[in-house]
Amino acid sequence: MTAIQAPKARNLPWSSRAWLNTAHAVVGLPLALPPFLLILLRVVLALALSWTFFLSRAVLRHLSKGLHAYTARQGARFEAFLGERVPMPSFPADRFAWRRGETWRTLIHHLFVAPIIGVVGAAVVTAAWAGGATMATSLLWSPQSRRTLLELTPTGLLLLALAPMIAQAVVQADLFVARRMLGPTRSDVLTHKVENLTVSRAEVVAAADAERRRIERDLHDGAQQRLVSLAMNLGMARAQFTDVPEPVQVALREAHEEAKQAVKELRDLVRGLHPAILGEQGLDAALSGLAARVPLPVRLSVDVAERAAPAIEAVAFFVVSETLTNIVKHAEAARATIEVVRSGGTLLLKITDDGRGGARLGAGSGLRGLAQRVNSVDGTLAIDSPLGGPTTITVELPCG
Amino acid sequence: MRVVLAEDSVLLREGLVRLLGSAGIEVVAAVADADELLRAVDEHEPDLVVTDVRMPPTHTDEGLRAALVLRGERPNLAVLVLSQYVEERYATQLLATATSRVGYLLKDRVADVSEFLEAVHRVAGGGTALDPEVVAQLLIRGHNGPLDRLTPREIDVLRLMAEGRANTGIATTLVISESAVAKHINNIFTKLDLSADSQDHRRVLAVLRFLESGR
Repeated sequence: MTAIQAPKARNLPWSSRAWLNTAHAVVGLPLALPPFLLILLRVVLALALSWTFFLSRAVLRHLSKGLHAYTARQGARFEAFLGERVPMPSFPADRFAWRRGETWRTLIHHLFVAPIIGVVGAAVVTAAWAGGATMATSLLWSPQSRRTLLELTPTGLLLLALAPMIAQAVVQADLFVARRMLGPTRSDVLTHKVENLTVSRAEVVAAADAERRRIERDLHDGAQQRLVSLAMNLGMARAQFTDVPEPVQVALREAHEEAKQAVKELRDLVRGLHPAILGEQGLDAALSGLAARVPLPVRLSVDVAERAAPAIEAVAFFVVSETLTNIVKHAEAARATIEVVRSGGTLLLKITDDGRGGARLGAGSGLRGLAQRVNSVDGTLAIDSPLGGPTTITVELPCG
Repeated sequence: MRVVLAEDSVLLREGLVRLLGSAGIEVVAAVADADELLRAVDEHEPDLVVTDVRMPPTHTDEGLRAALVLRGERPNLAVLVLSQYVEERYATQLLATATSRVGYLLKDRVADVSEFLEAVHRVAGGGTALDPEVVAQLLIRGHNGPLDRLTPREIDVLRLMAEGRANTGIATTLVISESAVAKHINNIFTKLDLSADSQDHRRVLAVLRFLESGR
């Protein structure tokens, strides 16, 4: 709006600003009338056809498309004459989003507000110019009494001097209203942003899962087979060459043991990424393999009648994998239990250990990454870990 | 002994052919996927099939499914399944009907040449070879069955039975006498309500009961 408050000189009757403002106000009238009629027509039509759900919906869809077009045309007018932008619709054009406030505001704007401003604005501005000009020049075409001349001519000149200001006022009112009525509100913008972020976050999570699966597959097809083959060849060499000198035997034995250890470590690492059986047979089947490789007694019970979405299963698997790793590293626990239960739309994971407790979500702890991964699917993570233990980590995941 | 081998990694397939060959085991066909495996078995009528689980085209569990088909069709064919990871779920599927002539081992085990060859012979000879890792997975399950009545020592013995060890092997592993092993096994039979029948049959039933507890 500040741009409209032009310096005084530009509000002189012969300035371009004055004429552009006038043109804006005058053009507003023909631009506002067709939408008024068309919206009215379609609202009435939609109401009349409301018993045919399908047709009525088609009419409303058409109306929504119209609202986009009218707003775009109004936007072009503001842009052309004033160099100002008004917000464009954020509601969909291919259906009538009747739940959204913005749709109704836009409709009311084009149905009532723009026509009223158009009619009043065009009338006032035209009257100011035309009336001013007529009165100011009355001497030329209508010889009147001196008194009339003395009154009419100055009034006309005054009106002409005021006309740019009147046009300016009309334009300002138009812009003020358009900016409030058209386009999304702040809360609309935020709602929209949240929707977008939710979608893009889900995409990022899915992409990360896909990447993990790809890495698992690559390692399985490549390095793992090669390492197993190496360990096997070393094993065969060790079995075969029993009459070689002692140092060679020692070297062979060490190489063989190293290779076997490497195979095992790689297997544990890769299985923690995304086991193939998780995709095929679900959490129940995948978790036992995870729990069995932990060097402490683990009790596992899984009660999941209906499988959750792949992304949720992947997070649940990750939670158990990371928590068990944490327990082994930090907890000094003698045993652990894992419970997985699905109740309604929630997957509940409860992992308990009898270790020393004191686990916190602080910086640098593995629990932080865990909480982030859980949050990425709108889950919650709670830690109950008094000093001296026991520690219980409860994770709730929406099954969506 | 005549063997059909299925493994999609060329490197490992050739290595296994050499390994088996070095022990005087004849590999009559070495193939790269499950369909070829089924065809090769039809063609060669082998004594033993050694197969990988994850093979083309889906790279999931086609080797295991082929093994299940073969076991259903040919009760006398011995099947040894190798896998990068062992899953108790697959083990229970594989051993659901009978625990003889079947093995399920981690691929890693091929590195321990003599133990691996022993497992091959055991399976081909009508026995069982179950990876210790599978057994560990089974024990993790919270089971509320007859298994809870067993002492930890008896669980150890049952676990080794499930892996396919004979009494001598169990005695050596647990560092106890063979008569002690026999005593434990009798206790296991009693606690699992396995009436006096032929000794071998009861062993199989005990292992099956153990496997079922995993479900």
